[in-house]
Amino acid sequence: MTTNTGTVVPSKQVEKKQHGFWLDLLRRLICEKPLGTFGLVIVIILLLTGIFASFLAPFGMSQIHLLDSLKPPSSTYLLGTDELGRDILSRLIFGARVSMIIGLGATVLSEGLATLIGVVSGYFGGTLDLIIQRFVDAWMSIPGLLMIMTVMTIVGNGLPQLILIIGIQGAIGHSRVIRSAVIGIKSNMYVSAADAIGSRPFHIILRHIIPNVMSVIIVGFTLSVGGAIMYEASLSFLGFGVPPGVPSWGSMLSREGRQYMEAAPTLALWPGAALTLVVYGINMFGDALRDLLDPRLRGGVGRYDLKEKNVKINKAHAVKS
Amino acid sequence: MGAYVIRRLLLIPVTVILISMIVFAMVRFIPGNIVDLIIVNESSSGTGIERAQIEQALGLDKPIYIQYGKWVTNIVFHGSLGQSLNGNQDIAKEIEQRLPVTFELGLMAIIIAVLISLPIGVYAAMRQDSIPDYILRSGAILLISVPGFWIGTMIMIYPAIWWGWSPPMQLIPFVKDPIGNLGMFLLPSIILGTSMTGSSMRMTRTMMLEVLRQDYIRTAWAKGLSERVVITRHALKNALSPVLTIIGMQIPVLVGGSVIIEQIFVLPGLGRLLLDSLSQRDYPVISGINLLVAIVVVFVNLCVDLTYGWFDPRIHYQ
Repeated sequence: MTTNTGTVVPSKQVEKKQHGFWLDLLRRLICEKPLGTFGLVIVIILLLTGIFASFLAPFGMSQIHLLDSLKPPSSTYLLGTDELGRDILSRLIFGARVSMIIGLGATVLSEGLATLIGVVSGYFGGTLDLIIQRFVDAWMSIPGLLMIMTVMTIVGNGLPQLILIIGIQGAIGHSRVIRSAVIGIKSNMYVSAADAIGSRPFHIILRHIIPNVMSVIIVGFTLSVGGAIMYEASLSFLGFGVPPGVPSWGSMLSREGRQYMEAAPTLALWPGAALTLVVYGINMFGDALRDLLDPRLRGGVGRYDLKEKNVKINKAHAVKS
Repeated sequence: MGAYVIRRLLLIPVTVILISMIVFAMVRFIPGNIVDLIIVNESSSGTGIERAQIEQALGLDKPIYIQYGKWVTNIVFHGSLGQSLNGNQDIAKEIEQRLPVTFELGLMAIIIAVLISLPIGVYAAMRQDSIPDYILRSGAILLISVPGFWIGTMIMIYPAIWWGWSPPMQLIPFVKDPIGNLGMFLLPSIILGTSMTGSSMRMTRTMMLEVLRQDYIRTAWAKGLSERVVITRHALKNALSPVLTIIGMQIPVLVGGSVIIEQIFVLPGLGRLLLDSLSQRDYPVISGINLLVAIVVVFVNLCVDLTYGWFDPRIHYQ
């Protein structure tokens, strides 16, 4: 794929390389993936809302206005109030902070661990893989939500507990996906070639395996952020998540509010809508990143086109290039 | 292949033993806390009980490996998961009563998920970067992103306000009224199933895109095979193993989801039993449910693994 037209001054090429991987990625995201960009915007809005929640929210996190309970949306309370007269918009904004903390905290923990487990287990294989996979098997067989609920019952509600447990839970599950990808890549010729010329395993993992599973890791990362946010919401919905009083999108929907929701149905509307929008944005962003990052989809053949006429032409191009 | 199957089967007991250890340790590694919780619960309800008394009743005064050994021998030799702390009911019997509800819910959800996700995933891959692909992909991602408990809550609230309609609260047994029973499970399983649809559809599309770029697909085209044959026989078959893995991996997610859905739709399944046991800190029941569900998942995953070689001949078992 030629991106430069005409003669190129060598110094310019060097400059172009200095653009940096992430900047280039961002440029391609905006140019090629409108929906992914939309997702990124949502992610950025979530981050900013989470960070500046205290400035953005018109009222305090748990500021109670008993006289104004269950009010419909008005100019004072833009989205109305709940049964204690707490401003729903403010609680949504502070809920974004909770989601952000859980989402990022748990994911950084889980992806780091998952990559370590998955690559080691998948690449080295043999007895090590067998032992690790028995543990992973055993762990993964216990449904995540059940395990987290059980542990949360014992350790009590709270953010640090949630991050730790959701993180570990996600890591073990996702290590399996990374392992599968590693095994697939291992059977490629270039890995055997690297091995044949005497590259050390560490080198092969770093230079050949990791770059090729990067797309899996990144898609996993984004999915995990969405997943962790969803876990937290589900747990808080069931009463196993954040401590009472802390605004979380899940706990705002929980059963305690059900009786009030029939009186003020919008109570049920907003937290779920916020949750959906954020998780949707994260997932769209991750999906777009995947398309951009997968080395096998990059350049070369161009887009696969199944329309009868184009197939042969495309394939002919592929052979030439 | 044969050797692989045998070795895989031999490993099952290992996995099951590990599961039982994790499940057991999960609630009992922190025995002090559990006893504390019971004491707090009991004292708030007025009956004062001594710590030693509770520990003895639960067998917590003995070392952990003896407790574990006792638990396991009871399961293996008597098929008994013990008695629940509250009400002293036989746990195995209680689970047996609840299991069909969760099973039916889960099975219907999987069927719905596969029926939606496979065709859409293949179609989206074949028309990569076309407008239908964009719409279907965004739709699938939207389906992953919508929390089931939100939709469930909305379904409980809005139709009741608008039309005075609400889902049935009483379980209709399948043997009495099959249609009524399926109708009752339809809505919950659609909610549960659609949350699975997104990831399996996405995986189908991803794998199809990858497979469609392989040389053997080019060969298949070159042989002059029709699009249908290339897609279904050559591409989809090889793309399916990760999709199956995803579906297999989602069984635990499904069980988690059914806890939520059963709670919302008041279905008397395992999930409800678990929630009740958790709120009562009835940990023998909790361990029992976790163990049972985990073992089911192990066997499902075994089946998934064994299909790998059939779906993708490039994978050789050693």
